Formats: sequence, C-alpha cells, structure tokens
Amino acid sequence: MKAQNFSIMGSNKTKSAVEKVAQWVFTFCALCAVFAVFSITAYMIINGTPALAKVGVTDILFGTVWKPTAGEPSYGILYVILTSITGTALAIFMGVPIGVMTAVFLAEAAPKKLAKLVKPAVELLAGIPSIIYGLLGLMILNPLVYKIETFLFKDSETHQFTGGSNLISAVIVLAIMILPTVINISESALRAVPKQYKEASLAVGASHMQTIFKVMIPAAKSGIITAIVLGVGRAIGEAMAISLVSGSVVNFPLPFNSVRFLTTAIVSEMGYAADTHREVLFTIGLVLFVFIMLINVVMTRVLKGGAGNES
Amino acid sequence: MSLERKKKRISDVVLLWLVYISAFISILMLVGIVSYVFIKGIATINWEFLTTVRSSIKETNGIAGNILNTIYIIVLTLLIATPIGIGSAIYLNEYAKPGRMVRIIEFTTETLSGIPSIIFGLFGMIFFGNTLGFGYSILTGALTLTIMILPLITRNTQEALKTVPQSYRSGALGMGATKWYLIRTILLPSAMPGIITGIILSIGRIVGESAALLFTAGSGYLLPASTEGYLSKIMESGGTLTIELYLRMAKGQYADAFGIALILLLIVLGINFLTKYLSRKFDVRVDRR
Repeated sequence: MKAQNFSIMGSNKTKSAVEKVAQWVFTFCALCAVFAVFSITAYMIINGTPALAKVGVTDILFGTVWKPTAGEPSYGILYVILTSITGTALAIFMGVPIGVMTAVFLAEAAPKKLAKLVKPAVELLAGIPSIIYGLLGLMILNPLVYKIETFLFKDSETHQFTGGSNLISAVIVLAIMILPTVINISESALRAVPKQYKEASLAVGASHMQTIFKVMIPAAKSGIITAIVLGVGRAIGEAMAISLVSGSVVNFPLPFNSVRFLTTAIVSEMGYAADTHREVLFTIGLVLFVFIMLINVVMTRVLKGGAGNES
Repeated sequence: MSLERKKKRISDVVLLWLVYISAFISILMLVGIVSYVFIKGIATINWEFLTTVRSSIKETNGIAGNILNTIYIIVLTLLIATPIGIGSAIYLNEYAKPGRMVRIIEFTTETLSGIPSIIFGLFGMIFFGNTLGFGYSILTGALTLTIMILPLITRNTQEALKTVPQSYRSGALGMGATKWYLIRTILLPSAMPGIITGIILSIGRIVGESAALLFTAGSGYLLPASTEGYLSKIMESGGTLTIELYLRMAKGQYADAFGIALILLLIVLGINFLTKYLSRKFDVRVDRR
C-alpha cells in the first residue's frame, strides 16, 4: 500500500463517487416500478383505443353480438362485460361469508391446536396454481353441475345444454379461489381488534357469539372490506382457471348459460385473432384494466379511511 | 335465576355452527384438492414421463422440456428481478425521505401487485415481444414475470430491512462507515432471511403462473439438441409446466394433466414448507401478496 492511502482524507474522492453511484442505482431500481406501471397503462390505452375508434364506442361496449370472424363482423362485448361483473359479484357473494366465518373460526372460535392445523392449510390453498383449480373444476365440478342442469331443465325445450360448463361452475371456482385472500386478511383484521373491546363486551354480559358478530366484526370492518376488494380484484382478473370451466361462449350471464369472461375472451382468442379482431381483444384488455384501476383506487381510499387495521 | 346458569341463545348456537361449517368447507376444499390430484396423478408419473419429451416418432409423452423451461424462466426472472427489487427496497427504506416521490413509488408497487396476470401477458407480448423484438421466447416470458414479482421481492426486503435495529445504522455511520459500506456489510446480511423468503415466494408464483406466459413465452416443449442450444434457448419459445398442463387439458389428455398437476402441487408444498421453516427459524415477517 502506498503512503498516501493512509491519510484519512485520501480516498474520499472515490468513496464519495461510489456513494453517489450507489444512490443513483438504488433510485433507478425504485423507479422501475413506476416506469412499469406507466408503460403498462400507456400500452393498454394505445393498443385498446384504435378499435374503439374504428368500430365505434357504442357498437363495441353496448353491442351484444360477438361475431369477430363472420363475413360482416360484429364486435359487441356487452355480454362479456356483464358476465365478468355478474360472475365476480356472485363469487364474492358466495366466497366472502364462508371466508369471514372461517376467519372468525381461526381468530376466535377454534381451539388453538385446531387453528394451528387450519392456518397452514389456508396458506397452501392460496399457493395452488390457478390452472389446477381449472383442471379440478373441469373434472369434478362440471359433471356435478351438469347433473343439476339436466334435473332442472329436463322439461325445457329451449334450454341449450352446456354439459356443466357454465356460469355457475365458473362462479364456484372463483369463490374457492378468493377464499384464502378473504380468510387471511379478515383474520388479521379480527386479530387487530383491541382486546378491550372484546373484554368490555363480554363483561356487560354479551355472549361470545354476540361479541364476535356485533362488536368485533364491525370493529374489523375496514380490514374485511379490504379483503373483499382484493377478492374482487382477484376474481375479475382470473383467466386460466375459468377459461375451460365456463364453456367460453358469448352469452347473457344466466347461471346455466355457457359464458365468456373478459379474461377468458383474451385467452381463448388471442392465439389466432388478427387485425380488427385482435384490436378489439386489446380493447377488452383495456376494459379489464380500467376495472382493476378502479378497484385499486377504491382500495387506497379504504386503506386511508380505515383506522389501524393492517391488511 | 342464578347468575351462574348459562342460558344458550339459539342464534349463538346457529352462528357457532355456521362458523364451524365454513371452516370445515375450507379444509375440505384443501384436503379434497390435494388428495384428488394425488390419486389421479400418481399413476402418470414415472421416470419416462419426467425425462422424455412429447414425440410421436419415439412414442414418448414426457415433460422434460417443460421442466427445463420452467427452470430457465425461474432462474432468468430471478436474475433480473432480485437485484431491482432489493435495490428498490433499499431506496425506499434507506435513502428516500417521506414525500411525494415515495408515495408514488409505493402506490405503483401496490398497483403492480393488483394487476391481473393476463394484463401482464398482453403487455409483455406487445412490449417485450413486438416493440423490443424478442418474440415468443423464454426471455420475453422472464421479463414479463420480472415486472409481476417485483412487488413481492421489494415488499419482503422492505419488511426485513425494517426489522434491522436503528442502532446498527447509527453505530456503523458513527464509526465512519459510508452508507454503501453500511448497506453492503450490515443491512443486506441482516436482511438476508427476509430477502430469501421473498425469493422463495417468487419461485412459487413463477411456477404457478400461466396467463402471463401463454402469449409471451409460448408453448415450446423440446429439449435443446446440442450444447449451444442450451444458450440460445432463452431466445426460443418455451412453455412451462403450467402451460403444458393447460394445453394437455384443452386436448383432453387428462391423465397427463393430472401428472403435471401433481408435480406442481409437490413444488408448491415444498415452497410452503420452506417459507414456514425460514420464517420460524429467522423470525421473518412474510408478505405474500
């Protein structure tokens, strides 16, 4: 080592250069997320809007006939949008009560040992790839739903039989898929309720169940709403699990109709679509993206409004 | 009436039953899924299934190519995403002062984790595939997934950095260490368990991903023919296990589909146990979203 390196001032220049570079690199890394969201938004708008101009906003968004490959093509996606909204709403309607109840079970009702067994199971449920849910939906759920369908419509002459691939099957798959999200977040919201609330309620003579349902759940409200909003996001964005289960025919979203969701429309047609058809598929992507952004805004509002409930 | 006597309300009993039934349904679901896949899939899995590729000439029906593709995508994605994610967390936790900038970065990170994978797929297809010209390739898939798992790595690293005591920082800085030295020798090693947890969770996400890969990485299923092929492979189309599962399912080859499903399930199980083990051993807080 040369003598000048021993000076305490000696290497200051390189050191401060390294410092600067490090800070720049870290700042750049942090900006990657901003850049990604910005470019995703830009690309979705750039690619989603040409079709709106070409075909006409009302013809696409409020048209009900989807015949993209016909001689005189028609690109109405109203039923597709309605299917996504209805499907998500029904899945929430089905999944949230079960999810919140299971969260109550984990946080309050279950003996500790049992809760210790159930909790990892729920976490595992969250990690199972969505495609496996689709496979099981196709193999187990569809035959079951088909049995119900044949029973319900055995006298109907107008009903188109779906073989079980219909809205109801898709909704059940979605409901199962949002369960882990709802359970986990509701559970931590319930656990975050101050102990005094519970003790006070019990002390004035309320039963355990009354305490849970009339004191703790209202207190954990914002956490549970977060859980629901996240569930909505997950359900409306799910593609692969329901693409084969839902029958994939553009139809009005009645429970026993084969339907097509925003997501499954993209999955099933992007492979071969060309020209205007392809552009319309990007418009569908844009519609989905707008829904997701709305959900995100609601979410930030809820999180800001909620007092102390960690998500 | 005695104070001691317990009066059971009917509504209480009903509610308790509902709670137990709901929990039972949730458990039944998991046990049902795991055991069904296991029973249906175990018969398909054998050495040949794991080491050959689909080929009508050789009459083999394996998934070796897809296993290799999955490994390629995992490694490539992590190579790109991990440094960026950790860097981002370091910036947010160590450099940034609270203000608009941090709010924007945190909002976008939050937004990224809420975007559905099919949208990432569309974006990846047009941006990495068309604009940058990578086409249907493993590289396109890996870059797409990089954006997708970035929030996961960033958040878990941030959680880990937050648990490093403030006194470590002031101690090091007080002894004359520079900030970079502090980060390199103290913060990162202390945060390592959290970072590793984030990486393992990311692997789980990558292994299970399908919608974002269908139109980016494509569905190639062959093994490289030569040694150079292993390098050029990243520019070629390659379907992961999930994509192959989807394709075989769509073709109606359900036995194969269940075989792949079982392999995926085993990987997910393994990852779950590993995160559990790590978080217990090192007392890490895990952020799974």
